[in-house]
Amino acid sequence: MKSIEDLKKIREETLKNINLRKEDNDHAVRVVVGMATCGIAAGARPVLAACLEEVRVRNLADVAVTQTGCIGVCRLEPIVEVFTPGQEKVTYVKMTPEKARRVIAEHVVNRQVVSEYTIGAAE
Amino acid sequence: MKELSLHILDIAMNSVKAGASLIEITLTEAGGVLTVTVRDDGAGMTPEFLATVTDPFTTTRTTRKVGLGIPLLKLAAEQTGGTFAIESAPGAGTTVTTAFHTGHMDNPPLGDIAGSVMSLIQGSPDIDVVYTHSAPAGEASLDTRVLREALGGIPLESPDVLLWIQQTIEEEERSFQP
Ligand SMILES: Nc1ncnc2c1ncn2[C@@H]1O[C@H](COP(=O)(O)OP(=O)(O)OP(=O)(O)O)[C@@H](O)[C@H]1O
Ligand SMILES: [Mg+2]
Repeated sequence: MKSIEDLKKIREETLKNINLRKEDNDHAVRVVVGMATCGIAAGARPVLAACLEEVRVRNLADVAVTQTGCIGVCRLEPIVEVFTPGQEKVTYVKMTPEKARRVIAEHVVNRQVVSEYTIGAAE
Repeated sequence: MKELSLHILDIAMNSVKAGASLIEITLTEAGGVLTVTVRDDGAGMTPEFLATVTDPFTTTRTTRKVGLGIPLLKLAAEQTGGTFAIESAPGAGTTVTTAFHTGHMDNPPLGDIAGSVMSLIQGSPDIDVVYTHSAPAGEASLDTRVLREALGGIPLESPDVLLWIQQTIEEEERSFQP
């Protein structure tokens, strides 16, 4: 059974590792998931969960996963935007958890845009 | 929306937009009726605006003219023979209350409520969230104020904390759901 005690353990572990982590925000990548009504209805919640899981399992300390409201193209939801330093924003459309995992592996980690999922390929 | 938990996440997002500092999500099951309440202490709405909110051609958003969240929830509840009510006042926050007849064939499954609560906290880690689901067979609950105290400064949106939140709610839900 899970308990509040687990959180105290998480706290200790986090404090132990905090010195090992360099706060290098210039290299930070941002993954933004559209979570307005149209996004949620189209399946944004499991897409967000997949992004969070990949970031956690791969221990990607310099990747921030955030949420935003309506991106404006409801028929292409779920939408995920990836911001990498020195690169233009890439907008991925009609996302699924599987596609999101691939975007994390190929784009966020290896900096290779997954062209077939981008808004350019869908239009 | 395929799951009631998606409606709940969407309605709670309205509370986030309204600048709430506390969002309470309460599910109570009794006698074949599931009552869902989402209460916030955000900006609230004037009576005139409130009167138009269940009409899908009202929204304060600018990117798209039609607000969908509230009309969709109202429709989902009424399709089960249930009810919808919204109470709000400027400065006093907003409470959305819906009742679903769980035996009705159009009653949506609750779905991944743990995922909804986790997503809400992940997106707005500065807001406090209190989740309570009580049924005759048991109860699931989570209060971010209690978590914050145990975490002593470690952010709620830390990956390990979010995982704990998701798994804890899942576990508690399973303990009394068939
Ligand atoms: N909890 C709340 N507090 C204050 N205002 C609210 C609240 N909930 C809804 N509103 C107001 O009612 C409007 C309609 O809400 P609704 O969820 O139906 O649509 P929306 O949020 O504008 O757009 P959508 O949900 O389709 O993304 C909102 O734009 C907002 O102005
Ligand atoms: Mg809304």
